[in-house]
Amino acid sequence: MNIDLSPAELDFQAQVRQFLEEKLPSHYSDRVLKGLYLKKEEYIDWQKTLYQQGWAATNWPVEHGGTGWTPTQKYIWANECAEAGAPDVIPFGMKMVAPVIYTYGNDEQKERFLPDILASNVWWCQGYSEPNAGSDLASLKTTAVRDGDDYLVNGTKTWTTLGHYGDWIFCLVRTGRPEEKNQEAISFLLIDMTTPGITVSPIITLDGHREVNEVHFDNVRVPVANRVGEEGGGWTYAKVLLTHERTGIARVANSKRSLRQLKKLAAETGDGGATLMENPSFAQKITEVEFDLMALEYTELRTLAAVSTGKAPGPESSILKIKGTEVAQAIDELYVEMAGYYSLPFVKEQFEPDFAGEPVGPGMAADSAPHYFNNRKASIYGGSNEIQKNIICKAVLGL
Amino acid sequence: MDFSYSEEQQMLQDSISKFVAQDYDFDTRKKIIQTPEGFSTENWKLFADLGWLMVPFGEADGGLGGSATDLMVVMEELGKGIVVEPYLACVVMAGGLVAELGSEQQKQEILGPVMAGERQLAFAFAEAQGRYNLADVGVRAQQQGDDWIVDGHKAVVLNGEAAEQLVVSVRTAGDRTDAAGISLLVIDAGAPGVTRKGYQTVDGQRAAEVTFDRVTVPAGAVLGPVDQALPAIEKVIDRATLAVCAEAVGAMEVTYKKTVEYTKTRKQFGVPLAKFQALQHRMAEMFMEYELARSMLLMAAMQLDASDGLAPKAVSAAKNRIGKAARLIGQEAVQLHGGIGVTEELDIGHYFKRLTTIQFIFGSGDYHLQRYQQ
Ligand SMILES: Cc1cc2nc3c(=O)[nH]c(=O)nc-3n(C[C@H](O)[C@H](O)[C@H](O)COP(=O)(O)OP(=O)(O)OC[C@H]3O[C@@H](n4cnc5c(N)ncnc54)[C@H](O)[C@@H]3O)c2cc1C
Repeated sequence: MNIDLSPAELDFQAQVRQFLEEKLPSHYSDRVLKGLYLKKEEYIDWQKTLYQQGWAATNWPVEHGGTGWTPTQKYIWANECAEAGAPDVIPFGMKMVAPVIYTYGNDEQKERFLPDILASNVWWCQGYSEPNAGSDLASLKTTAVRDGDDYLVNGTKTWTTLGHYGDWIFCLVRTGRPEEKNQEAISFLLIDMTTPGITVSPIITLDGHREVNEVHFDNVRVPVANRVGEEGGGWTYAKVLLTHERTGIARVANSKRSLRQLKKLAAETGDGGATLMENPSFAQKITEVEFDLMALEYTELRTLAAVSTGKAPGPESSILKIKGTEVAQAIDELYVEMAGYYSLPFVKEQFEPDFAGEPVGPGMAADSAPHYFNNRKASIYGGSNEIQKNIICKAVLGL
Repeated sequence: MDFSYSEEQQMLQDSISKFVAQDYDFDTRKKIIQTPEGFSTENWKLFADLGWLMVPFGEADGGLGGSATDLMVVMEELGKGIVVEPYLACVVMAGGLVAELGSEQQKQEILGPVMAGERQLAFAFAEAQGRYNLADVGVRAQQQGDDWIVDGHKAVVLNGEAAEQLVVSVRTAGDRTDAAGISLLVIDAGAPGVTRKGYQTVDGQRAAEVTFDRVTVPAGAVLGPVDQALPAIEKVIDRATLAVCAEAVGAMEVTYKKTVEYTKTRKQFGVPLAKFQALQHRMAEMFMEYELARSMLLMAAMQLDASDGLAPKAVSAAKNRIGKAARLIGQEAVQLHGGIGVTEELDIGHYFKRLTTIQFIFGSGDYHLQRYQQ
């Protein structure tokens, strides 16, 4: 066992730092470090920068254009990106649908879809959840009925993150007869969102932002050629994808940056003649979160090492999802606490990318409460933390 | 010892409860929040007509008695509807200070219109550097002849935008954090040199940043003794703290009950969510937190009405413990609702927001823990 970086890894780290220094625009990182959103074009622009560097797909195999990095390299990359305030790579194309396509898709699908995902030419979104199929995803009702070379798709998907930006959506749909067992009648379809019959309507989250949507399908014609894998195989493919989603959700690197920033700001925040960092109660909470984060980081490293062979992570990835979101949410709360009265103002214009005025309150205060409210989602989506515990009980503990 | 309400208190509770149930549903509240004023002047007039604005004032001042228990009854019911009308800022805080320190003339001139619903007040006390320390007052008032000249900035003044008059804590002597040397001035919001930048708050209410730039205030606008206002400020903020504790308890009751109802109707895996024991225990926990919070509330209200000097400690204990319950119940309610819980569409997220801001208004849990220990 050895935690030191090798000379080659140190070289890699230097290379990453140099790249970020040269290529990451400060007007992106400034916003990211303040916890604010970027414009659609800006996310795409950053992903295209990564593409030009050959670093767009850190999780793909080399043969499809992935980086082929070792777990250590991925770890270095995630940490340096978080530290520098690089925008998140929007996961739906790169991290979610691509692995399904290169694992289960046919050659034609690989050729047709992967290059555009790699180059961020197409914005993907995830169409799994439905109003009555959340935790119980397998009860989904959206139907795809065969009609010649097409399917006719009808139903409603919901919670579609950034669906209003979407060019394509990957969906789980019901292709089988109703009497078939739930999971065996589910197929995986790729749908062009410009197809007639699709409408996207907004759902506003607690931070006042349009982040999620409902997507309605009314007799939407989808070529059978857009089905990935077998008819009825969709559930298996989706499950693999969900475990991938779960590790990403731990967001250890981001939490580390966020906690470091919190400590710095707390040391500058006045509190009864001293600073907030010197307040023993507050300092204790910070330290406790820090310990949780250390435990989480080393757990993630263990998992990464175990999956370095390219296997999908096992049910242990549920730990990362649960504890990762708990740590992130604990940090969110400390930001609100730090902001004190200045957690109250809600000046929405301030969060817009073009805002040029003087913000109300000190740095990071303005977004502290909206961010805290919004990020309660983290323990709900990607398989809620309760569902993760059910998985641990069943698949790990054998209960 | 007696935990029952008087007949008057019972009637007061019934009338507010009826208003919240009939005239303050979630959609109504949503519309009110979206107006430029951020609250309904019609409702405010109604509150006045029904006598609710008189509740916290003594009979000598034209009020209805002014016990902490009365105030608790009002705020608990308002909390059930997360009512945004500025009862706390106008009546309890600023009105409370005028009642506490004002001369007969000041009380008549100010409290009369307040109780009639014809005047809005706000109390400007918080400052960016001060966190929750009420003695940290950097806004200066300097004497010039018979006048005071006021300079400085007050942060997050609740109801600061609608207020026609501002009660402002100012430093008239000593260093920025000295307990002595703090005075209160009543300043017309429209006075030359007063700038207000209003905004919505994350819980759907409104507040303002208020800047004073060489504002001239006549000597007659001083409230109470010069340099010696801190004890009255502390007393009124303690009452205001009790008020938000009561509001939180009202909001928590609705929040946990709505969550229980929701899990009975929402089905996943072919059964109502309420069938999952993992969730049942979480709701049992919410229920217990609510009950403990309510006990702390009653304790603090009774201590405030008693006269043995324990009130500040009781208030701090209640604020800390109720804040803890508010946090748990708010977070759990959202979690148990799933995705719909993090949207603007459903009321539960709005209860969660108010339960969050109440944790920090008038001092975080840590602040009150440390104040209790002193
Ligand atoms: C901001 C946000 C973005 C999202 N983005 C997407 C997206 O892009 N694409 C997509 O397809 N979906 C997305 N989702 C949907 C997300 O995956 C679902 O919200 C999630 O699966 C939970 O489903 P639900 O909201 O219907 O809650 P429900 O399933 O109704 O659950 C409500 C509560 O009950 C608990 N519960 C349910 N079953 C059990 C059980 N058996 N045992 C114990 N507890 C249980 C849950 O944990 C939760 O606390 C998003 C959600 C949010 C909030």
